[in-house]
Amino acid sequence: MPRAVHQLDGHDVGRRLNAALSGVVLRATEEWVEVEAGRIVDALRWLRDDPEMDAAQLSCLTAVDQHDRFEVVYFLQSLDNNHQIEVKAVLEDHDTPSLPSCYSVYTGALLQELETYDLMGIRFEGHPDLKRLFLWEGFPGHPLRKDFLKLEGRFPGLPSFPYEEQGVQAR
Amino acid sequence: MRIPLLFGMLLDTAKDAPESFPSGTRHRVVRVPMPGLRLIGLAVLAVVIAANVGIGVIVVGGALDDQWYDFRDLGNTMDGLRSVLPECMASMGDTCVVPGAYVGYLTAAILGGTAILSFVGVLLVILVWSERRLLARFQVRRGPNRVGPYGLLQPLADAIKMMQKETVIPRGADRFLYYLPPVIVFIPLMLLWGAVPWAPKMTYVDLNVGVLYLVAVTSLTTLAIFLAGWSSNNHYGLLGAMRTVAMMVSYEIPISISLLTIVLFTGSLQLTDIVRWQGEHNVWFAFLLPLPLFSFFFSSTAELNRSPNDIAEAESEIVAGYYTEYSGMKMGLYLAGELGYATATSAFVSALFLGGWTLFGLETWIPGYLILGGKIAFVYFVLVWMRATLPRFRLDQLMAFAWKYLIPLSIASVVLVALEVTLFARWDVPGVVPLVLFAIVNFIFARVAMRRWATVLGYQPELQANAPVMTSGIGGLRAARALRQAEGTR
Amino acid sequence: MTLLTHEPYSEPYVLNIGPQHPSTHGVFRIRVVMDGERIDDIEMIVGYLHRSMEKLAEERTYTQNIPFTDRADYLAGMSNNLGYCLAAEQLSGVEVPDRAQYLRVIFAELQRIASHAMANGQLVSDAGALQTPLLYMWREREKVLDLFEMTCGARLTTNYMRIGGVAFDPPPEFYPAVEQLLADLPDRIDEYHTLLIENEIFLARTKGVAPISAEDAINGSLTGPMLRASGVPWDLRKADAYGIYDRFKFEVPVGRVGDVWDRFMVRMEEVKQSASIIRQALDGLPAGAHKTDVPLALRPEPGEAYARVEGPRGELGFYLVSDGGPAPARFHIRAPSLINLSLLKQMAVGSSLPDAIVALGSIDIVVGEIDR
Repeated sequence: MPRAVHQLDGHDVGRRLNAALSGVVLRATEEWVEVEAGRIVDALRWLRDDPEMDAAQLSCLTAVDQHDRFEVVYFLQSLDNNHQIEVKAVLEDHDTPSLPSCYSVYTGALLQELETYDLMGIRFEGHPDLKRLFLWEGFPGHPLRKDFLKLEGRFPGLPSFPYEEQGVQAR
Repeated sequence: MRIPLLFGMLLDTAKDAPESFPSGTRHRVVRVPMPGLRLIGLAVLAVVIAANVGIGVIVVGGALDDQWYDFRDLGNTMDGLRSVLPECMASMGDTCVVPGAYVGYLTAAILGGTAILSFVGVLLVILVWSERRLLARFQVRRGPNRVGPYGLLQPLADAIKMMQKETVIPRGADRFLYYLPPVIVFIPLMLLWGAVPWAPKMTYVDLNVGVLYLVAVTSLTTLAIFLAGWSSNNHYGLLGAMRTVAMMVSYEIPISISLLTIVLFTGSLQLTDIVRWQGEHNVWFAFLLPLPLFSFFFSSTAELNRSPNDIAEAESEIVAGYYTEYSGMKMGLYLAGELGYATATSAFVSALFLGGWTLFGLETWIPGYLILGGKIAFVYFVLVWMRATLPRFRLDQLMAFAWKYLIPLSIASVVLVALEVTLFARWDVPGVVPLVLFAIVNFIFARVAMRRWATVLGYQPELQANAPVMTSGIGGLRAARALRQAEGTR
Repeated sequence: MTLLTHEPYSEPYVLNIGPQHPSTHGVFRIRVVMDGERIDDIEMIVGYLHRSMEKLAEERTYTQNIPFTDRADYLAGMSNNLGYCLAAEQLSGVEVPDRAQYLRVIFAELQRIASHAMANGQLVSDAGALQTPLLYMWREREKVLDLFEMTCGARLTTNYMRIGGVAFDPPPEFYPAVEQLLADLPDRIDEYHTLLIENEIFLARTKGVAPISAEDAINGSLTGPMLRASGVPWDLRKADAYGIYDRFKFEVPVGRVGDVWDRFMVRMEEVKQSASIIRQALDGLPAGAHKTDVPLALRPEPGEAYARVEGPRGELGFYLVSDGGPAPARFHIRAPSLINLSLLKQMAVGSSLPDAIVALGSIDIVVGEIDR
């Protein structure tokens, strides 16, 4: 059962997407459709330009750390047809995840991709200005990763800052 | 360590307020009991009225007229001192080693300077309180009401606070030039107050080139402001300084031209003469010359950095403009100087356009300085009103307003006034008839010309307060286009 | 003869607007490259208020996470509470009683009035008015916050909504107070009209400043008043009709050109529409329970939920992923303040500093929500 009020069935979206760009859909459930990470931009562009899908707006972009892999989640919506589409891209490489940037399709991805890069460490290749958004350059690790607290010298509640002397624990 | 405040008691009146507000009384003012306050106030009021009545009697009686020790006229007293002191010195003979003239000038200068400085000081204390109270009333607040009766001691507490604060000097600042401007700002202020014509015999310096002096002295502040902005080595400061200079260059011209129309009528540059002219003809230049009044007043707000033209210290854009880096009493001096200039300008607007000490014959019975004081208070109230109400112009809009709008209109009004003055000199009818006629003609001219010229310059009809379109459907781009089309066809 | 020995040139310089600046509405910083008064380039630097809420939420139960949401956007605590509770209810399948639905609508719309009053007041303050319009508009906001205070004890960080209802029933004195507020509102709005809308300076400062076309607005993920000002009639209260919004009649204000003026006016109209919704909700407020009992530690089935509400700043989405434990495995806030900033560069570059400040004010950012 689709969760949101006007969410399209993932199977349906996946079938159409596959017909247009063969082999791009890896998996589809009632809720979402998983596409090949390398071809995410093509898939999003097709979804945006197809008159029936009409995914004119990128509503939300975020990522989930599933311990062994990353899921990048795109919520698209059509304003004219009033429906939502959820697209996922799974990144198997947990150490250096990367994915093409969809900035060329949706300018609204600008800051959301930066946020995801900053907190999750997923590189968006082709982003016009990929940098840390909230944290400073050189901050060790990416906090929203599940293994962040297991980083060396880091335990809950007591961060140490890179500009402080080695061996001196911050308060 | 907590440093005990010398006037801590002043700041601490609110301690009488209850510890916690019971439910529902959060907005209620807590009245601090002040026994005898009303009595003291009444006594002070009585003394003030008695003093003014006494002076009024002296003025009407003319007992002091033409005496050098006429205390109403500081300038006259100074002149007298300058002539009397050398004579005294000369009569002492050989016992005196200093030439008498020097002593005379020095004494006069010190006395006059002290008089103006103390006057401005007292004025600022009143102004700080009244401006804050007025602004608060405009902003549905209560304003300072904790320090002293009705918050009257608030300026004192402010000053103590300012002096206690550290004046931080930025590392990159030019120290010498950074120290100068707060002092320089005050010099033109004192010079300005010296020329205010308070009453027929009450002017410290009654220059025969008073209008020229006024224009020259008001532009001196630019120097201080530019120094401040440049020397503090801050981009906000520099932006503020550049804006001030740009504005000063633009707005000097409308000011001068609008003063020119007055001079055309009176035929004199002397401020007392201008006021006297208005008294003799029983007409204020505000009625006779509405367009120059607008031009002068608006340009003055630009020179004063008052809203809506306070772009040099535009708080929301460039923090505090030229005095961003100043702190403590240095900043306090800027704030005080700004208030002082605002009132000085109010004084000149009152003297030039609102008849100065004259009030259609009533000046015979009321001391002139009270009339002028009332007018100053009124103009100052308008300034505060504008400050509390209006948003700010953009720099380019302000420049365009000066160069494209005010200057051509002012020049046109000079031409019109020159015509009227020629007529006035040759027309052999009682003065009232042509003046009333001119007032009507000038008013119509101001009304029509301002409107028409704005239209010529591209006063856009689409600059109208259009409300949004209301719709009950939803949609995306298609719906937006449909809406726009429906709006276009309607 | 030439007067100039060389071509006149100007040198760009860098101006740091913020983190402490009167118009950045919090600790928000823009690095501006300026040439004279013209802006050549801008770079946003955010994160001064980053509290890592999304990480913290992964170690707290679903109920314990509610206070985080009203601290994200501290000017619209109720809307944030509502969005999060909707997401958690979607995930766990908790039903909400009818009275609670109505109360939620009333409080969310009151919050919208308060937030829009703040936004418009700040915008005019940014345009240079010395805080008079701001303080005028704060009168409504104060009244609304008083209502919040008498209902849940807090004024900003309300923590009022719960999974499965609301925390408290409003006290008896709430109803006359809200009636009074609704009765006063039309007069107050008339005052703003005379103070601002017929003001030539304000018109000159906002008309045609920083316009955004409908195409750009949709593609740039703008939502809320920003999107509507650009001419797109999109309102989640109608589109999703979450909760019981399909039971109320209201209209969506839509701007014409998408400039600062349109954003201001759209917010102004929305205040009126919110008042109308509150009136309808008060009239239809049923008796009954204001919450259902839910377990102290919810353990939803593994899955995910994305619930969104029309917050005062735009689409306020909450993305929750459950792994079956008592705490969400992922908690993400789709922050409209942050995403609406995507087009700030487009609005600011090429304009002057005052225009950029007004444009920033018209976005109505809340730094707590940007940084989270």
